[in-house]
Amino acid sequence: MFSYLIRRLLYAIPILFGVMLITFLLFFVVQPPYARARAILGEKARPAQVQQWLHDHGYDKPTYLNTKPGQHLFDSLFVNQMKRLITFDFGVSDKTSLPIAKTFTDGVIPSLCLTLPAFVIGFIMAVTLSLYQVFIRYSALDRFGVFLCVALMSIPPMIYMFVGQRVLAMQLNYFPAYGFDLRGWQTAKFVLLPVTLMIVMYLGNDVRLYRTIFLEEITQDYVRTALAKGVPQSRVLFVHVLKNGMISLITLVVAHLPFLIMGSLLLENFFGIPGLGNALIHAIQTGDAAMTNALVYLGALFYLAGLMLTDICYAFADPRIRLS
Amino acid sequence: MPDPTFLEIKNLAIDFVTETATVEAVKGISLSIARGETLAIVGESGSGKSVTGLALTRLLPEPPAIYKSGEILLDGKNVLTMPPRELRTIRGNKIAYIFQEPSTSLNPVFTIRNQIAEAIKLHRTDVRDIDGEVIKYLDMVGIVDPEKRLHDYPHQLSGGMQQRVMIAMALSCRPELLVADEPTTALDVTIQKQIIDQLRELKQRVQMAIILITHNFGIIGGLADRVAVMFRGKIVEYGETHTVLANPQHPYTKALIQCIPQPGQKRHRLTTIDHAALEAAV
Repeated sequence: MFSYLIRRLLYAIPILFGVMLITFLLFFVVQPPYARARAILGEKARPAQVQQWLHDHGYDKPTYLNTKPGQHLFDSLFVNQMKRLITFDFGVSDKTSLPIAKTFTDGVIPSLCLTLPAFVIGFIMAVTLSLYQVFIRYSALDRFGVFLCVALMSIPPMIYMFVGQRVLAMQLNYFPAYGFDLRGWQTAKFVLLPVTLMIVMYLGNDVRLYRTIFLEEITQDYVRTALAKGVPQSRVLFVHVLKNGMISLITLVVAHLPFLIMGSLLLENFFGIPGLGNALIHAIQTGDAAMTNALVYLGALFYLAGLMLTDICYAFADPRIRLS
Repeated sequence: MPDPTFLEIKNLAIDFVTETATVEAVKGISLSIARGETLAIVGESGSGKSVTGLALTRLLPEPPAIYKSGEILLDGKNVLTMPPRELRTIRGNKIAYIFQEPSTSLNPVFTIRNQIAEAIKLHRTDVRDIDGEVIKYLDMVGIVDPEKRLHDYPHQLSGGMQQRVMIAMALSCRPELLVADEPTTALDVTIQKQIIDQLRELKQRVQMAIILITHNFGIIGGLADRVAVMFRGKIVEYGETHTVLANPQHPYTKALIQCIPQPGQKRHRLTTIDHAALEAAV
């Protein structure tokens, strides 16, 4: 198990290197720092101002290798950027000159206030509903459930957010329409609507998917054995089928867990939650490449962590799997 | 037959209905089993023998299965009209099963201890020492060092051991009837013999009736008291095992018996059943 994890960590290195390379190409080659300086300082900025800005941000270096005489060969944009990302020293934002690390630590909690409850409640609801559908499989109610799921899936997320904000918040005044406050019940008041919307947005898709997974399990021989022992249907479903179905569910679910930290782009932006999703959208909109690069890199890192976590959970859920 | 009949199948007919077709799997069969008796149901794939076995506790998935007519009387009560709660007190408790494929019939994510214990907890609420009871039955079916095997998962056991665990699980609730649905088909020949010997030995030790469902006439001799031969959803021959084996009346029974390979016999090809000829004869 331990040696397996070490090996997986080593495998992650080339993948992270690839991520760094691609983000570097996007943020430093497609749009060179000079163009970025121009965009941020404005058309009327003097060349000296631009040079100063580039120097302040450490962007006045050659792109890949520093071949200038008397300077260190690896004192280049690419190598410096790699060093920064590896050591989590993200520097300052291009736009606001505030440390990126602070934006990150400030954004994690609001993001998690939204994504974590939505994920946990949504997952439990989806598993329960899909198991219930399997319990009453092929009945009229089950078919109606499938229809409902497809209907939920067919509505674009923007519609939920728009209707939620307009009708439930603005017209009926059930919830605040916008904003965030990190003080106990105040937080709950602000995230209640976005959390509900997030659950509803994914519920249709998840229930349908889980139902398919559990329906697959219910035809297995061990289900017949359990029934032949006299085990009640409900226990067959919630003990025998659920534990086997979990093995498949883990692949779909656990990989997303660390990613929850990154928040939700659309919902945070729409409801004014100062999380990382919002920070990313803001960074993209304002052309803040340093910030975007850092957030994309962190996202990739969390995703890799999610994949490793998936493997570890597999070993716990399925006794046939030994990590080696 | 010393003991009275306790299970009686009367004119049972089962259909499988799908959107495109209706298949008559069992077409009005009648059978009876006395306490402690062993009945073999023999027939080829699709003859309705397994369906009959599963129907005894209404284990067929409905839909597609439909119990079209007939009744299954267990101690005089019709299983097919029982409410689910009452049905559960029969499953495992009065009628227990072992199935064809032990590797998939056991739940892969639970230890064998938990799977046997589940049955005991359901039907024998008076048992305190559940581990001890599990060990007792594992020992009874010939598993060596059962204490060490308790926390094994099914995949850690060989096919023969898995089937023994299935038998232990079935016996653990002291059923009156054991339905063995092709218990040896998925096992290799030497293990097949061990399992059949095990069943024969258990039959002596535990007072219980056995329904042995198989396509292989070769394994029933010495184990089954009576035999019912099924063909296309019907019972075509029904009688004492030695009588049927010695003097088969129906052409299908004759054909099946001829299919048993005889040791020492010099033949280049195995005998097969000529269905067209049989169809004409029936």
